[in-house]
Amino acid sequence: MDTVAPGASVPCLPRLGQPAPGFQAETTHGTLRLEDFKGGWLILFSHPADFTPVCTTEFIEFARIAPELRRRGVELLGLSIDSTYSHIAWVRNIEQHFKVTIPFPVIADLNKEVATLYGMIMPGESKTETSRCVFVIDPNQIIRAMIYYPLTTGRNMAEILRLVDALQTTDKHGVATPANWRPGDQVIVPPPKTIEAAAERAKTPGIVCTDWYFAKKDLPK
Amino acid sequence: MPCVKPDGTLEPMAQAIIRALRSPRTAEGVCEHLRLPLYRVRSTMRELAEAALVAETNGVYALTDTGRTRVEALP
Repeated sequence: MDTVAPGASVPCLPRLGQPAPGFQAETTHGTLRLEDFKGGWLILFSHPADFTPVCTTEFIEFARIAPELRRRGVELLGLSIDSTYSHIAWVRNIEQHFKVTIPFPVIADLNKEVATLYGMIMPGESKTETSRCVFVIDPNQIIRAMIYYPLTTGRNMAEILRLVDALQTTDKHGVATPANWRPGDQVIVPPPKTIEAAAERAKTPGIVCTDWYFAKKDLPK
Repeated sequence: MPCVKPDGTLEPMAQAIIRALRSPRTAEGVCEHLRLPLYRVRSTMRELAEAALVAETNGVYALTDTGRTRVEALP
């Protein structure tokens, strides 16, 4: 088991609801800063390494959902501990073999600076590669969701789209979303916080109230 | 500075942006005008500002005298 020496600093990992750690990084689209994405949503994701099969399938699928994400005001930003030259060669290779253009920038994080800031390296899996992490960052650059997958398991793009839809629906309508929610499904009305509001809940028009704490409603079309 | 090549010439995106700045615009305005992602415009504008080709005042970017000369010299 890894131990931390007394007095050694432990990197503070990002947390939901807190500002995303700022960075400036070399990417396949030039030097970018986190603040360059301010005002829009950002999905920052890491992959273990260029020219590896699972990562290649993921890049192809991220490219496929990129137009859907852009329609939702979301940009993609990839990252791995590889050089810009490696990224460029891999992106060109994907285009050559799979006829898929990678439209998003990829951070060349050779010094692991951004990976460390975001806790993307899981030493139990690999000390030299980033795991499959996804950070959904909102227009105010607050971390709104995080997904961590192991090296062996490719991510589910439908879930990433669903997650973005759920977060944006929450922001727009002040509601929560139930398990397996999809756009068009009923949403959860936040539970009442006072005894009076709980008593009123069952009488509120336009909601399906199973009990005072469990109520759903349709969103306007 | 990726938008300025080692020989001092500008990358195509930087050329397009300084052409667009013949009329001063915000980063969002350039983005809309050129149909580019906002992050690309912001990062390129930052480098153009570091190269003293554009200057920003209250969120509006305009060509400097050097920038104007550079635009006029573009093919």
